[in-house]
Amino acid sequence: MSADRGVVVVGASLAGLRGAEALRRGGYAGPLTLVGDEPYQPYDRPPLSKHVLAGELRPDATALPHLVDLDATWRLGQPAVGLDRAARMLRLADGSALPYEKLLIATGARARSWPVTEKTGPLPSGIHTLRSRDDAAALRAALAAGPKRVLIVGAGLIGCEAASCCRDLGLAVTLADPNPTPLARILGSRIGGVIVSCLDTAGVDFRPGTHVDAFEADAAGRVCRARLKQGAAIETDCVIVALGATRDTGWLAEAGLMADEGGLTCDVACRALDADGQPAPGIYAAGDVARTPNPLHVGRLAAFEHWGNAVAQAGHAARNMLAAEDDQQEYRHLPAFWSSQFGINIKGVGLADGADTVAVMQGSRASRRFLAVYGREGRTIAAISFDQARWLPAYAERIEAGVAFPPILGATDQSIKDFGVPDFPQPRSR
Amino acid sequence: MSHDTLFAEVTDPANRADPYPLYARLRETPVSRQGDGSYVVSTHAAIRGLIFDPRLSSEDLPPSQRPPTGNPFKDWIVNPIKNRVVNAHRPLIFRDPPDHDTLRAIVMEQFTIPRVRGVHREVEGIVEDLIDKLQGRDEICLVEDFSYPLPVMVICRLLGVPEEDEEQFQKWATVLATALEPDSRGDEEARHATATAFDAISDYMRGLIKEKRKNPADDMLSGLANPEPGKPAMGDFDLIASAILLLVAGHETTVNLITNGMLTLIRHPEELDRLRRDPERAPRLIEELLRYEPPVHFRTRKALGDIDIAGTTIPAGAPVILLFAAGNRDPARFADPDRFDPDREDNQHFGFGGGLHYCLGAPLARIETEIALNALVRRFVAPRLLQDPPPYRPGASLRGPEKLGIGLERIA
Ligand SMILES: Cc1cc2nc3c(=O)[nH]c(=O)nc-3n(C[C@H](O)[C@H](O)[C@H](O)COP(=O)(O)OP(=O)(O)OC[C@H]3O[C@@H](n4cnc5c(N)ncnc54)[C@H](O)[C@@H]3O)c2cc1C
Repeated sequence: MSADRGVVVVGASLAGLRGAEALRRGGYAGPLTLVGDEPYQPYDRPPLSKHVLAGELRPDATALPHLVDLDATWRLGQPAVGLDRAARMLRLADGSALPYEKLLIATGARARSWPVTEKTGPLPSGIHTLRSRDDAAALRAALAAGPKRVLIVGAGLIGCEAASCCRDLGLAVTLADPNPTPLARILGSRIGGVIVSCLDTAGVDFRPGTHVDAFEADAAGRVCRARLKQGAAIETDCVIVALGATRDTGWLAEAGLMADEGGLTCDVACRALDADGQPAPGIYAAGDVARTPNPLHVGRLAAFEHWGNAVAQAGHAARNMLAAEDDQQEYRHLPAFWSSQFGINIKGVGLADGADTVAVMQGSRASRRFLAVYGREGRTIAAISFDQARWLPAYAERIEAGVAFPPILGATDQSIKDFGVPDFPQPRSR
Repeated sequence: MSHDTLFAEVTDPANRADPYPLYARLRETPVSRQGDGSYVVSTHAAIRGLIFDPRLSSEDLPPSQRPPTGNPFKDWIVNPIKNRVVNAHRPLIFRDPPDHDTLRAIVMEQFTIPRVRGVHREVEGIVEDLIDKLQGRDEICLVEDFSYPLPVMVICRLLGVPEEDEEQFQKWATVLATALEPDSRGDEEARHATATAFDAISDYMRGLIKEKRKNPADDMLSGLANPEPGKPAMGDFDLIASAILLLVAGHETTVNLITNGMLTLIRHPEELDRLRRDPERAPRLIEELLRYEPPVHFRTRKALGDIDIAGTTIPAGAPVILLFAAGNRDPARFADPDRFDPDREDNQHFGFGGGLHYCLGAPLARIETEIALNALVRRFVAPRLLQDPPPYRPGASLRGPEKLGIGLERIA
């Protein structure tokens, strides 16, 4: 690698930090620069929607530990705004340019914000999203002020975790989602239905099949009401918009790479692809931003939003960045995530969406302690556990091996009377 | 020799003092079918795979039939009813999910780290007293004089058994300890003694629970007997079974751990010396002890479904013997596995089993052993073995010396 150019990492969060560390661990001793939009040293996001909202952890207390002495140049609070591949230059917001020999793109994702158009006018205040430390600090302050009713729009993982925290804080909560149950996109409504019973027990006002249309402000410009598509309205003085994330690829618009809000497309070796589908020399991607072919879903590209993937993929990309052209290894990763809400530890492995059948293998939905597996065309593709994580590795192994569905017959606490269609919503139109 | 009789050799008392060469041969076939249709699992990887496999059941033990008494009323009416009650409320190590999980969670709620740490002082006191009693002797039996009484006294304090009943508990524990030993079944006389002791201790516990409801104190039994409203609770039969389990399961195992510890230290004088000079070494030394000479060598489970593992299919219904002590000496997992090396890193042993039945008394066992070994090496001056190897008890699973004669210059 040329001595003065070195490696530049764009995005100084989980994938960026762990990727940089893997480069050093792998023996890279040249110049290393980390460019980050946010003014902070890398920090961890999962606690933001859990301990931080609950007030158990300060928003600035989730810094990620450094596992290696990086000896890097940090350009924090300085977003990259463009990429000149021919000159191998990264352009930063302050007008400066950074030459690179190899580039690791780890710009992650940002929260999907509420659409603002000319017709809607500016958004009232009191409407939050939750992705960054600043978001969490603002939302925590709003919750601590004791709003009369929190409205959470979107019952995905973050929406549900936030609802759980708000109830723990004793706040009145309405959770609205267009689907029949929470977590419909991730787990399907058959399993998502278990969360409905949790919401019920916790006293959350859950509104399935609900489309929020617009927000109304009071005289002070603060949100006071959400209007629904169906005509009714919900009174609220604090809104959390939890509609998922879009990949942070806007800055790559002119770079001639295969990038859109669904991610930056890579090959199996984590190399970014150019508009012709060829690996762009020296450019790799990892973490939430990377969209790669997935062996579990042949012929489909997938970008994960999971902590474990960011760490593993960054390590893998770093390995390939240091390896020779003819020694680029394939990234094989079984996606896995966790969530904690309503006192339940949820863990999943594999890709459930796209499954045609789901079966409860151990425990029962009624007890809220169970392990369920998802199958597609007779193969096992995913498993999900509610407070039964100890068995997950056994299922993970079989998902990786692509065994027949259902796997592991004859387990303790197994009846397999509970199986059927997972009930995923129609794919989002893009 | 063919491998399908190796496990019979393991259970043969002639091999009790050193079963490890047999384990090495067993590991050549990680999952090996024995002549009796059982499957012995002996490599670290295969054991790890199986303890997290939901198809292994612990509910396979033959029901505890009370032997005939000769009294027709008892034999036809009382005992069968008692058997049915007992079998429906087996202790949690013989239960599967979901019952196992419920019971375990309730016990764990009481078996808290602060409570276990809280007995630290008491354990120190008991240990010093036991050693004080040996003043003036130059030969002792570590088992009888020390390792055997200690764990019962400690568990009695934790549970909240009055001190004056401890002696009675020692007697029951002695009889009941063998109940966990898979190869001790069958002997009519032993079964009779077990059933009698079991009935006696059950009656005693029933009374004590009543007392703890009347006068709750800050002990485990009071906690179990008086659950907080809204929290999960267990019925009295399960409560009695759990209390007896805590006594029995924590007894012989801790006896073995302490006795094996002293045996191993005397065999490795340089380690004994280092521990005496640096008591802080105890935790790592105990972890290595749990790997090198674990108190429990194997547990038996049953396959509920066909299980493919390590090139073998264990058929549904087959007994599966998880040979933890062989996994602990697997050269594929541990460098130089037959060396006792407290400085070993990444020591992921099966000394407390693993998976959902992982020993729930592990923190207590660690504390007791740490205090015991530190006191023994501090106060025994120039200890030496009177007989090496020592005589072992017959059990192959709960394997440990029956006696451990130690000669001393004096007691400090
Ligand atoms: C509230 C919350 C809770 C979560 N909980 C869980 C959980 O329980 N379990 C789980 O598995 N996962 C969870 N996740 C997901 C997990 O945090 C992400 O998968 C992980 O953060 C991805 O890391 P990343 O580095 O790829 O991206 P990010 O963490 O998104 O980091 C990308 C970084 O790049 C920066 N950046 C963006 N554009 C630019 C630019 N142009 N120039 C420079 N820098 C730029 C961003 O500011 C950001 O700092 C959660 C996420 C959130 C937001």
